[in-house]
Amino acid sequence: MHEMSLAEGVLQLIEDAAREQEFEKVTAVWLEIGQLSGVEVEAMKFCFDAVMRDSIADGARLEIIALPGTGWCMECAITVPMDEVFGECPRCGGHQMQVTGGTEMRVKELEVA
Amino acid sequence: MCTTCGCGVGEVKIDGERAHHEHDHVHADGTTHSHDHDHSAGEPYGHSHEHPHTRQHQHSYAPAHSHAPGIGAKRMVQIEQDILSKNNAYAAENRQRLAQRGIFTLNLVSSPGSGKTTLLVKTIELLKGRQQVAVIEGDQQTSQDAERIRATGAPAIQINTGKGCHLDAHMVGHAMGKLELPEDSLLMIENVGNLVCPAAFDLGEAHKVVILSVTEGEDKPIKYPDMFRASTLMLMNKCDLLPHLTFSVPRAIEFARRVNPGIEVIEVSATTGQGMDAWLAWLERGAAGARLQR
Repeated sequence: MHEMSLAEGVLQLIEDAAREQEFEKVTAVWLEIGQLSGVEVEAMKFCFDAVMRDSIADGARLEIIALPGTGWCMECAITVPMDEVFGECPRCGGHQMQVTGGTEMRVKELEVA
Repeated sequence: MCTTCGCGVGEVKIDGERAHHEHDHVHADGTTHSHDHDHSAGEPYGHSHEHPHTRQHQHSYAPAHSHAPGIGAKRMVQIEQDILSKNNAYAAENRQRLAQRGIFTLNLVSSPGSGKTTLLVKTIELLKGRQQVAVIEGDQQTSQDAERIRATGAPAIQINTGKGCHLDAHMVGHAMGKLELPEDSLLMIENVGNLVCPAAFDLGEAHKVVILSVTEGEDKPIKYPDMFRASTLMLMNKCDLLPHLTFSVPRAIEFARRVNPGIEVIEVSATTGQGMDAWLAWLERGAAGARLQR
C-alpha cells in the first residue's frame, strides 16, 4: 500500500511520545495491524527500518501483532471471520458482508530506554 | 520529512510553491493533556498530540547525557494510537472548516486515465450558473490539470506530490487556504491517479467517489477492493464506448457490490453527456445537504 507514509506516521507518533514522556531511545515498537488493513507486513518491516534510521528508534525491533479480519453477514446476521475485504460468508457463501474488524493500524506500545 | 507537521519538505508543491510554512493549528483540547487516550478501532478520527504547550523539553542527546549500558532501565510506553491519527486530525479540521461554510466536498479517486479531469471539466460546464465549483488537483508533476479546470472559469489549485502517491489531509488543508471557497459551493478534490494508497487517507471530504472507466477491467473492484470499499459512489465513465468493448456493466457492478454492498453506481459518458443528469442530481442533493447543515 503506502507503507513508507505509514512508517513516517509511526515515527511521528514516537517522536511526539518522546517529547511528552521524556525518553531518548526506542528499542522496540509494537504495531497492531489488521488482516484487512491493506498493510503488507513485509513492506512495512522494510520501510520501518529505512525510516527509523538516524532517529531515536534507529535499530528498534519491530513486533507486529496481527489482528484477524471479521465481517457481519447481512444474510445470516452473524459475525464471521473474513480473510479478504470481499470475502464470502463461510456459512452461506454470500457476499453481503460488512467488514467489522481487522482494519486496524495502530502503534500499541514502545519499549524505551 | 518535516517533523513539526509531517510535510514532505522539498517534495510537495502547491501551485508551484513549496507547501511547508509556519502555521498554527488550533486544537480544541488546549494545554492540559493526559496521555492515556483510548482510541477505539471504530472511532473515525483520532486526534493529534501537537499541543500548543509552552513547556519546553530541552534534551541533550549528546554522549554526556547518555546512560551507561545496562544501567538505563528499559520501560514500556503505551501509545495506543492509530498510525494515521495525524492525518485524521488534519482531515477533521478540514471537515469542520468546510462544514462551517456549507461546502460539499468530494474526493475523486481512480486509476490514471479514467477520464477524471474530462469528467470534471464537463461537470463544471453543466453546473455553470447553478452551482459554484472549486477544484484541488493532485498530481505528482505538472499543473496541466489545474490549467484545464481554470480554462472553464472555475478556481483551481494544483498540488504536486513529487514522489508521493496520494494526497493527504495536511496538503489539502494548505491548498484550501489558498483557494477562494464561496459558501455553499462544491469542492472537488481530484486525487493522484492511483487505486491503492488514496483509499487510506481521509482528506476531510464528505464522500470518496471512485471513477471506473469501461476501458479498464470490470474486475478492478475486486483487484483493488480498498478503494471501492472506501467510496460511496462509483461513476462508470466512458460508457459511450461500450458497444466497442466486451466490458460487462452488470459484472462490474456485482464486483463492486461484493466489496461494498452499499455502493451507488451511475453510468456516465463525459463525451456524449450520457448519465450526466443523474450525476448532477446526485451532486445537487449532496450540496443541498451540506447547505442545510451550515
